[in-house]
Amino acid sequence: MPLLDLQHCTVRFGGLTAVSALDLQIGAHDLIGLIGPNGAGKTTVFNIITGVYRPTSGSIAFDGRPIGGAKPNVIAGRGIARTFQNIRLFATLNVFDNVRAAFNLRCKHGLAHALWRTPAFYREEENIERQVMELLDIFDLGRHRATLCSSLSYGDQRRLEIVRALATKPKLLLLDEPAAGMNPTEKEALTRLIRQIKDRFDIAVLLVEHDMKVVMSICERICVLDHGTKIAEGNPNAIRRDPKVIEAYLGEAPANV
Amino acid sequence: MNYRHIKKFALLAAIILSAVVSHFSGGWNQYHLLIIITIGINIVLAVSLNLINGYTGQFSLGHAGFMAIGAYVSAYLSTEYGANFLRLFGGHAGALAIALLFLGVLILGGIAAAVAGLIVGVPSLRLKGDYLAIVTLGFGEIIRVIIQNTDAVGGARGYSGIANYTTLFWTFALAAVTIYVVVSLIDSTYGRGFLTVRDDEIAAEAVGINTTRYKVVAFVLGAFFAGIAGGLYAHINNSINPQGFDFQVSILIVTMVILGGMGSTPGVVLAAVVLTLLPEFLRWFAKSDLLDWLVRHAYQFLSPEHFAVAAAKTKELFESRMILFSILLIALMLLRPQGLFGALPRRKASR
Ligand SMILES: Nc1ncnc2c1ncn2[C@@H]1O[C@H](COP(=O)(O)OP(=O)(O)O)[C@@H](O)[C@H]1O
Ligand SMILES: [Mg+2]
Repeated sequence: MPLLDLQHCTVRFGGLTAVSALDLQIGAHDLIGLIGPNGAGKTTVFNIITGVYRPTSGSIAFDGRPIGGAKPNVIAGRGIARTFQNIRLFATLNVFDNVRAAFNLRCKHGLAHALWRTPAFYREEENIERQVMELLDIFDLGRHRATLCSSLSYGDQRRLEIVRALATKPKLLLLDEPAAGMNPTEKEALTRLIRQIKDRFDIAVLLVEHDMKVVMSICERICVLDHGTKIAEGNPNAIRRDPKVIEAYLGEAPANV
Repeated sequence: MNYRHIKKFALLAAIILSAVVSHFSGGWNQYHLLIIITIGINIVLAVSLNLINGYTGQFSLGHAGFMAIGAYVSAYLSTEYGANFLRLFGGHAGALAIALLFLGVLILGGIAAAVAGLIVGVPSLRLKGDYLAIVTLGFGEIIRVIIQNTDAVGGARGYSGIANYTTLFWTFALAAVTIYVVVSLIDSTYGRGFLTVRDDEIAAEAVGINTTRYKVVAFVLGAFFAGIAGGLYAHINNSINPQGFDFQVSILIVTMVILGGMGSTPGVVLAAVVLTLLPEFLRWFAKSDLLDWLVRHAYQFLSPEHFAVAAAKTKELFESRMILFSILLIALMLLRPQGLFGALPRRKASR
């Protein structure tokens, strides 16, 4: 049984069909690429998986249970984490607190404990702090713990967003164009990072990426969207040679393919 | 003694200090005492509104409404049922019985305001920014109109005969509690959730934060303390009337929060002090010899008839304190848009 199972998902915005009858299955250990020209509907797919939008029709199941209609925070709690195409960090919080925010989900203490400040409250806070620092250190962000996230370099911000997503302890990680705006060196580092995440955390990854080199080099399977419709799915070699894919990308990225 | 207990310790110290100072305040000038108590009440109002507007980023203009509910509920309870309550203690109702009564009606007033906060908070969740501001402003005005038409509390004439229970002790002890609650709350993984709602709701939900819950909690808690402040206000004035809770009061509290730097508790406390004293200072200044002296020297080069006009106009300006107050505020906003203690960095344009 796949971890994530999209059945005939369609999303319409008024007259525009952003995603059309999409079937997509992701196994618990898959690293899958979702590619397609601008406006193909990739981000919209992320938005229906994470509950930002409801599909107009079709069904989505995660971990064997349907997620139809659940709110984004509930879906995050069930084990789907994401990053955003335009980085969305908590601008007024420092690096540490950005990651700490993701522990809110599992935080057992609430208002009363925060006010009484019981020993159990402090124990939990220490426990969270340790886990946040562990994660930050893995991704080499530990020394920035007190830095305001908006003063990080662009590449670090992208990385921090990934760390924050991982801090929710997901089973499935959705990355929306993580290489956008990066230079070739940063892109290479990112490629290594995604592999590292896959190995270390043993989770499923769905990667939306415009940069073919990144996608082709790390994804085991690639799904190609064009105008909301899946036009091809297969391993990188098959996708590279698929005439439909070449046509969809005609004039856009043949040099990259 | 562990560093962990520093907040509780500071709270206790503040309460004891309030009690001690209050004990010696008997002989003070009543007018000065009233100003000091007003400062304390404004601290409660500003710090609690800061939870909603500053930390959680919801633009509420309804704080005067919550304050009115707390004021009227507590005043009504203490006036109508206070005597019965005190009779329970026999013929000699001591200070403790009165303290119990006062704390009780304050808390009930706070709870009534909190319920209103829940009622306003829930539908407001769908609204953002200006729309929320308009709805909460409307709510405050509706509360005022309802009170105006409720004969049981005197309607537009106001409600009078309220006992003078508010002291310097109660005001500053409760201000300390308000500060403690907001500061401890924010300084926790749970409490940081309020800030994520302000910074980016979509990202907050994506990491599993229930933004709806946080907004409601902010409204309920903020309203509770506004209600407490209302109770303190009612029991220092023998009478209250609906006009005392109009939207200008809400705007003044919002100004304190903005001036203090949206989401900085020390800044907001300081702003509450400054904005309470400023009108009093201007009132004093307009009547002072200092102004006379300044006017005499500034206009000495003018001919006598011009001098008379200029001097009169200048004094008029200072006497209409609100104009000067506004000018000072605008100047402050221009010079320190991030507030006195500005905690919020300027947002960088997103790439
Ligand atoms: N909230 C929305 N309302 C209306 N149209 C939208 C909305 N979100 C996306 N779209 C449209 O859906 C299409 C797919 O968008 P998107 O999923 O962002 O594409 P991609 O991520 O592949 O570039 C585009 O034509 C876009 O304009
Ligand atoms: Mg996109």
